[in-house]
Amino acid sequence: MAILIDKNSKIIVQGITGKSGLLHARQCRAYGSNIVGGVTPGRGGSSIEGFPVFDSVTEAVLHTKATVSMILVPAPWAADAILEAAEAGIELAVCITEGIPVRDMVMTKRYLCHSKMRLIGPNCPGLITPGECEVGIMPGSIHKKGNIGVVSRSGTLTYEAVKQLTDAGLGQSTCVGIGGDPIVGMDFIEVLKLFAGDVDTKGIFIIGEIGGDAEESAARWVKENLKKPVAAFIAGRTAPAGKRMGHAGAIITGGKGLATDKIRSLEECGVVVAQSPVKIAEAMREALNKN
Amino acid sequence: MNIHEYQAKEILKAYGVNVPRGCMVKSARQAGKAYQYFGCDCVFKAQVYAGGRGKAGGIRIVRDEAQACDIAKDLFKKRLVTAQTGAHGLPVKRLLIEEIVEVEKELYLSLTLDRRTSRYCLIASSEGGMDIEDVARKFPDKIHKLFIDPFLGVKAYHARPLCVLLGLKNKLLDEGIKLIQTLYKILLEKDCSLLEINPLVVTKDGRLLAMDCKINFDDNALFRHPEYEKMIDFSQLDALEIEARKFDLAYIKLGGHIGCMVNGAGLAMATLDILKEYGTEPANFLDVGGGASREKVAAAFRIILSDKKVRGIFVNIFGGIMRCDIIAHGIIDATKEKAPHIPIVVRMDGSNLEEGIRLLAQSGLNIEIVDNLKSGVQKIAQMMKKKKTAA
Repeated sequence: MAILIDKNSKIIVQGITGKSGLLHARQCRAYGSNIVGGVTPGRGGSSIEGFPVFDSVTEAVLHTKATVSMILVPAPWAADAILEAAEAGIELAVCITEGIPVRDMVMTKRYLCHSKMRLIGPNCPGLITPGECEVGIMPGSIHKKGNIGVVSRSGTLTYEAVKQLTDAGLGQSTCVGIGGDPIVGMDFIEVLKLFAGDVDTKGIFIIGEIGGDAEESAARWVKENLKKPVAAFIAGRTAPAGKRMGHAGAIITGGKGLATDKIRSLEECGVVVAQSPVKIAEAMREALNKN
Repeated sequence: MNIHEYQAKEILKAYGVNVPRGCMVKSARQAGKAYQYFGCDCVFKAQVYAGGRGKAGGIRIVRDEAQACDIAKDLFKKRLVTAQTGAHGLPVKRLLIEEIVEVEKELYLSLTLDRRTSRYCLIASSEGGMDIEDVARKFPDKIHKLFIDPFLGVKAYHARPLCVLLGLKNKLLDEGIKLIQTLYKILLEKDCSLLEINPLVVTKDGRLLAMDCKINFDDNALFRHPEYEKMIDFSQLDALEIEARKFDLAYIKLGGHIGCMVNGAGLAMATLDILKEYGTEPANFLDVGGGASREKVAAAFRIILSDKKVRGIFVNIFGGIMRCDIIAHGIIDATKEKAPHIPIVVRMDGSNLEEGIRLLAQSGLNIEIVDNLKSGVQKIAQMMKKKKTAA
């Protein structure tokens, strides 16, 4: 069953005629995802490598019945692309784009309060239900169908984690990269809620990092609501304060957002925390055996 | 992106916000002249990209002309070490000279993003002049917050209760409301990630004045403001960080001995963590990014090599969009002129791995190639130890 996407999901790509838009549309199709077309304003009516191109998301939805959109539009226009998807009736938008101004995301997030559309990202690798469907930019081959739900603020660190899980024989139900920006669409808790209700997900791995307090909130939610075993890893234990560590959201300010605080919260709430980035599968096993 | 106090005040002034009369100078002679021009007691404020200047001796009161040049000279001479700069401190290349204002009351106002609500948040306090984190600790009931609905902005009825809590009355109450609305306007139009006025003062002659101001710009919004590029004071940045900036690389110098090149911010942070776990000190954080070209990878590797403290290099790549062959080409390009004589360990996995390994193996460079993170870190830690023993 998995969450959010499966082999029946109909997907369009906003920005499909761009270099990365086309590359990832192609890769997702190769993985087996049902990419039914794309949007590039001004290129409607044409097609590119077999993907029909539309001028607007509304038009694309009308002709393809797509419910999922992967957004690979450059940062200056990406927030508009998210809003356009929401107005066109898309149910799940996955925004890969990095570098969207905070002011644009404040507006977008406010608009989405009154929209039924779910947003994943921005500044994220997307999501994948192994063996069925990929809407994102991750290397599909490292994933394996199974019962671990993965939710992460990171990109390549998620690949590292997934590889370790796969090598240890722990396949995944769905892996969701929620993004490394200070404002993102779905947060840890919203994804955890879906994993909680998914029969295919038997254990959950959380990958967090310094900055903000989303991990602390997730830890409390896990303790109060979740019956499934949970393990986690937090990156940035040794990060200096006041420096933005690559991700716009990864910064320790005013003594807040420290990895050690997040680790303590998670442990206090019964989550097994991997003490090293090479011990991810071990931590997941430990959590599974504990329950 | 950081800017100096005097630049932040120029922005406030352009929006009609009261700031003390002042000017920026770049030499002791100019400082003397400015003092003469004002003809009253002045304050000399060192302009550096860090807070905590007062306690570090970066803010000095000047009461006569003979003193002016000496104090300015003294300030220009030093690297200012504050609680926020690290032990090395920052050079003082610019001073802000301002007339002294007689203060009745010190208040605090700031605007920044609240991540939990995804809204901008106005913080107001009647306890101005000290670090807001200290106020939050000592007088939590004196911190007042307003979470701004971006669809509404700040209405007068939002700002009024806050101004009342700050003790503003009559004419000052209206001025306070207008000030808050103006600050929010600046925040949006200038794409600030932080706009802080600390202290905001009520003067003895009954004016509301921004005595100190700190503005940070949202790095993601710089494309909307090409004029900001000119505002950067490069004397405040590390030479290697300036170089990294040119290539749009996320690079932070950390001071240890192992140079790191990683793709992805999360993996880069985790790499630093595990290097420390194995008893080594990373020299830097460096995320080459997802879609980096061969040139960008080469630039990144050159930056690491030009750090004099670096005595070994660990490359950790999990290819996705980034291909291992591009990484290999970049490393080879960067070492063409002069082969480095330090231990280098490359961990690669993911797209085009075989081609990447082949290129590095045939390059003639003395590079250890491994296929997983654990053996990579073990290897570099071991090689560094051996080197130390040999020396």
